[in-house]
Amino acid sequence: MGESVKPFALHLALILALAVALAVLPPYPATMLARILVLAVFAMGYNLAYGYTGLLSLGHALFLAAGVFAAGLSAQFWGLSAGPALLLGVLAGGGMAAAVGLLALRTAGVSFMIVTLMFAQAGYLTILYFGPITGGDEGFTLPAASRVILGFDMSTDTPRFVAALFLFAIGLLVSLALVRSPFGRSMVAMRENEERSRMLGINPFTVKLAALVISGLYAGAAGAAYALLFGYAGANFATIQYSILPMLYVLLGGAGTTIGPFLGALLMFVLIEGTSRLARLWPVLEGMDYFVIGAALVVLVLFAPRGILGTLRERGLKWLP
Amino acid sequence: MTKTTFNPTRRGLLMAGGAGLLTAALPSYVAAQGAPIKIGFQLHRTGIGASYGRWYERTAQAALKLINDGGGINGRPVEILFDDDATDPARGAEVVDKLTQSDGCEVVMGTLFSHVVIGSAPRAAELKVPYLVCSEGYHVASGMLNRWTLQPGITDVRSQISAMAPWVSANLGKKVAMIFPDFAFGYDHRDFFTAAMVAQGGEVIAQIAVPPTETSFTKYFAQIPAETEVLYHVMVGPGVLTFVKELGEFYGSGAKPQMFGFIDSLEAVDTATPGLEFLEGTHFWEAHNRVKPADAGEHEAAYRAAVGVDDNGASVSDAADVATYSHMFSTWETLFAIKAGMEASGYAGPADRQKFVEAMEAMTDMPYGIERPQGAKVFNGKTHQVFGSQNISQVQGGKLVRVHQTLMEDGAYPDAVDYTTMSF
Repeated sequence: MGESVKPFALHLALILALAVALAVLPPYPATMLARILVLAVFAMGYNLAYGYTGLLSLGHALFLAAGVFAAGLSAQFWGLSAGPALLLGVLAGGGMAAAVGLLALRTAGVSFMIVTLMFAQAGYLTILYFGPITGGDEGFTLPAASRVILGFDMSTDTPRFVAALFLFAIGLLVSLALVRSPFGRSMVAMRENEERSRMLGINPFTVKLAALVISGLYAGAAGAAYALLFGYAGANFATIQYSILPMLYVLLGGAGTTIGPFLGALLMFVLIEGTSRLARLWPVLEGMDYFVIGAALVVLVLFAPRGILGTLRERGLKWLP
Repeated sequence: MTKTTFNPTRRGLLMAGGAGLLTAALPSYVAAQGAPIKIGFQLHRTGIGASYGRWYERTAQAALKLINDGGGINGRPVEILFDDDATDPARGAEVVDKLTQSDGCEVVMGTLFSHVVIGSAPRAAELKVPYLVCSEGYHVASGMLNRWTLQPGITDVRSQISAMAPWVSANLGKKVAMIFPDFAFGYDHRDFFTAAMVAQGGEVIAQIAVPPTETSFTKYFAQIPAETEVLYHVMVGPGVLTFVKELGEFYGSGAKPQMFGFIDSLEAVDTATPGLEFLEGTHFWEAHNRVKPADAGEHEAAYRAAVGVDDNGASVSDAADVATYSHMFSTWETLFAIKAGMEASGYAGPADRQKFVEAMEAMTDMPYGIERPQGAKVFNGKTHQVFGSQNISQVQGGKLVRVHQTLMEDGAYPDAVDYTTMSF
């Protein structure tokens, strides 16, 4: 198999394997997999900004929450159905990223991290401030009628699984196409050496802004999908936890690899689930989920600092995109 | 070599088939009779609600022991499976999923923090699993949730607050300044107490909201108007001790208004903690009195012994480990309400979940007893909400002493929903 065909074959095989998994898994793991797929879309977007473009953001929860609330509020107050609500969520994520990017991209490195964190915190407090509309910290449940796409009810298992897989597949294939395109190479050029790219005639601000907006579109899509598929919109999606989670997924799976975000999200869920199961046998592990994850990350940083797929790529699978 | 052929008669096949069916059915019948009833428990083991989660777990375990010692439910032993929701709504929904679909729990008990309950309730409805919450939020009775979500173990905050206003107005003063958390739980206090005070001829002259991320509170105390007669305070989360300590530092030994607080500001905090001396003489709402009242009901001692709490409201094994006494009874009472609902509906398995909810909705009077150590209650099947009496305590000699008990009707308000008209 040619080096250029292998990545496509791998991505299609992954989508196929996930479709089979969703079809054959019992309801609980299948539902968890649907959640993982939606959050993997969020992480894929984060990966485009951080893994490929080198933009270490701590404000992606704001873009996720933009999607959650654009979809949730439009369904709640305007009675929008799931399709248009999802589209609005995608646009809200991208729009929020554009607004933040226009200001935050005047900074770089640690300053960029802090400025994006500040924007996300401001967004979180804004959601609380407009509590009578947003539901504040309690959030709100989405009306059942708004959770229907093309006649399929997203509150039932099969349509929910199909929708999650469909969104993930689009996200993954677009991500693959993007990183292999000339624009994708410009993104990588930003990460590797911004000054040299500028000398080659690339406008760093434009490339970084475009990458951040695309990342925001992914986050918005994930947020809107999460709200519509699982029926809840709340301020928790705007907390710093949701800015750190995609970073951890990406670091675990492999920053700058297209499948890494999914792998990281999957492993993180497996670690949490595994710890919680073990805690029933050994109570000493009760409430230790995040300690175990922290320990796993420390081990990873020490022994595979490029993440799982990043390490594999370094050690032979050079064709991994 | 002899070749035998299998040539069954029709009667033989029918008998074999019948025997096979009986054999196949027997294990499930036997299992249904003897297998434990699994109850899932979504627990704040970590996150902002962890201090509550610890005591919720202990209390539920104590109630479980009592139920199993008494023969279980419908002749079957009962088992509780706890799972940490990290006080996070997304994780909460996952936990409901796991307890129901993976662990095979018959019903799921929900927890305290409103956002976790609101985030989890849609999933419970999708799974058609009864979700019995202990969150005291108004979100159940407001009609925000669904037919599968019920709150049979604790009075909601709207009722609690409404019951306080007449006493505050008559005994402490008419001009009230409120200080509360700047999120939904605080808004319930702001809105319902303000309305209740106006109805009593009083007024709320300042509403001071403190952001949930706040770690220092003194600048908010400076906003309390000088003419304030009563300071109404409520705070939750890890900052509660800092909040009350800074309140004391703010007033020092000088004149201060009358103070009325919700015990949430002091749950799991010892009232005799150095720095809290200023609370002497101030009043608190308590659902269930932390310090055992002299005229406590006949089941109070047995309940305290079962949950491992002494007469001061601290752990019998560690006097510094103060219980979340005003909230934790809700898990005990909810577990007994589940028992009553399952017995009334003849619950045998998941196919009876709808019958169980209907049996719960049919409940009304819930008399005082070991099943309800906090006090007698009335369940409103239409709003899925229980109502009980409340207590007002005063700090005397560093201890909370009950000075007033409200009537159940003091906290009554019109129904906002009729869940029984909704589909399952």
